[in-house]
Amino acid sequence: MTQIFKPGVKLSSKVCKTQIMVLRIPAIELEIFCGGLPMEVGDPDVLGEIQGENNGTLVGKRYTDETETMEFLCTRGGEGSISVSGHKIDIKAAKKLPSSD
Amino acid sequence: MNIYLILQMAAEAMGDREAVKLNNDSITYSELNYMSKSVASLVKNNEKIGFLSENNLLMPAALFGAAIAGVEFVPLNYRLSEEQLNMQLKRISPAILFTDQDIKCKGIKTIGITTLALDNKAELDNYSDDEAVAVELFTSGTTGEPKSAVLKHKNLMAYILGTVEFMSAGAEESVLLSVPPYHIAGIAAVLSSSYSGRKIVQLPNFSAEAWMRLVIKEKITNAFLVPTMLKRIVEKFDDNLSLPSLKNVAYGGGKMPRSVIERAMKLLPHVNFTNAYGLTETSATICMLGPEDHRSAFNSSDALIKRRLSSAGRPIPSIELIIKNDEGNICLPEELGNVWVRGEQVSGEYKGIGSKLDSEGWFPTKDRGFLDSDGYLFIDGRADDVIVRGGENISPGEIEDVVRTHPNVEDVAAVAVKDIEWGEAVGLVIVASSPIEDGEIIKLVRTKLRSSRVPSIIKYMDELPYNETGKLLRRVIRDNFAD
Repeated sequence: MTQIFKPGVKLSSKVCKTQIMVLRIPAIELEIFCGGLPMEVGDPDVLGEIQGENNGTLVGKRYTDETETMEFLCTRGGEGSISVSGHKIDIKAAKKLPSSD
Repeated sequence: MNIYLILQMAAEAMGDREAVKLNNDSITYSELNYMSKSVASLVKNNEKIGFLSENNLLMPAALFGAAIAGVEFVPLNYRLSEEQLNMQLKRISPAILFTDQDIKCKGIKTIGITTLALDNKAELDNYSDDEAVAVELFTSGTTGEPKSAVLKHKNLMAYILGTVEFMSAGAEESVLLSVPPYHIAGIAAVLSSSYSGRKIVQLPNFSAEAWMRLVIKEKITNAFLVPTMLKRIVEKFDDNLSLPSLKNVAYGGGKMPRSVIERAMKLLPHVNFTNAYGLTETSATICMLGPEDHRSAFNSSDALIKRRLSSAGRPIPSIELIIKNDEGNICLPEELGNVWVRGEQVSGEYKGIGSKLDSEGWFPTKDRGFLDSDGYLFIDGRADDVIVRGGENISPGEIEDVVRTHPNVEDVAAVAVKDIEWGEAVGLVIVASSPIEDGEIIKLVRTKLRSSRVPSIIKYMDELPYNETGKLLRRVIRDNFAD
């Protein structure tokens, strides 16, 4: 089921430990998946079966679509991959800044 | 978004790493997480969490604990007079105050630093996740009554997510923290170190000798210093010393004299220096002069490149910065004006005063400065410190830079003094290494600048009044002239 997501919301995978936080997202109806199943608020009691090919998620990495209209922060890594209906989601390259404090 | 997310992620991904160390005691991210929950469990009725102490292992737990409980963390300056402190305590009441001082103030419940039981078990898994205020900081008040700046969770998180990569520090990395908890750099250090996984080693009472000893003993890789601290370090530096573990030194919080940074770069050629310019109201750093900028400026024979050693650098990617003149128009390169910034990390809000952002989200920093043709920012001083002589704006910094070139001048400050003819005129305070004739200074200023910059009065002092984080207290000097 599609819905409009708000920045700051945390979503959990239904197939693995992956948890993401939405940093940026267009205010349109979307569905966010991990390992083939839709992600939801709150950790599931039982994990479902992972579907399709998955590269997994890494804690601390940012994930974004090709045009960077949406961005997710992985707050807990897992085996499933993130996908959004109609968009290809990939790791965002980190911009390296010197440490300032 | 809540800053507790930082600790939650660190505890989950690298729970066994050392998070904070003081002398021979240290705690891991898991233990810090546990302590923070213990702090949060003390909050029963939305009391704020105050912190009146030097840095210690409890400080990061108090910061994150307040975030878990959804209340404000308010670090207070332990060097304030009793009267000033009481005034601030009244402003933050009701609060739980971590301190070893004997405090009696209505609505303030004190808890000793040493008595917090670590077995104070609390399970708080649902923390406040809104856009509430995370930290309230009293600004240094160099120009008047301290204001309290509020930093929201979303401001601080924007700063961290915009500048730090999660777990990017190697397990062997450590940062030596010698700025106090009530300074924005002391808060930012806890957040960015926890997010990058870099151990904080605390040095509560800074001295150059103690700092150098600790760098060697703890094989410190990173450090943050205010200019006064770096000045003392280069003065005490023994030529046999090399500090091989030290890789990155960031500095900020005040104007860095060019002679000090040049000397530091000569003494520590292997160290990467970064100038971090920011304000309390902007959740720390908004501009950086990075290590490569330092080296190219240091080695350049082009005066315009060389002077970048005195620059605040360029805005970080998540910050927009413009210079506007007093009429509100954008300044050209090299044209001095007021510095305005915009970005998610910029709060610009004060308790009881409200937001200082304009309708388009721009914050007036009240710093004056200019950009060079490549976008490097040069800070001239505070707008409030400008001397208005017969309608002409005069920057103290311009005069100070010239006077400082006199071989007998160790330190100097120019301030506005009352003048019957001009409204204001230039008053100069000099710290001299050996006697100077007033005439030499007057001649120097007249030749290098112009007659309106010539001081109408010159005083000599043994040292200038700085606060403990290296900010020159111009107000004290102005008061001194007024007497």
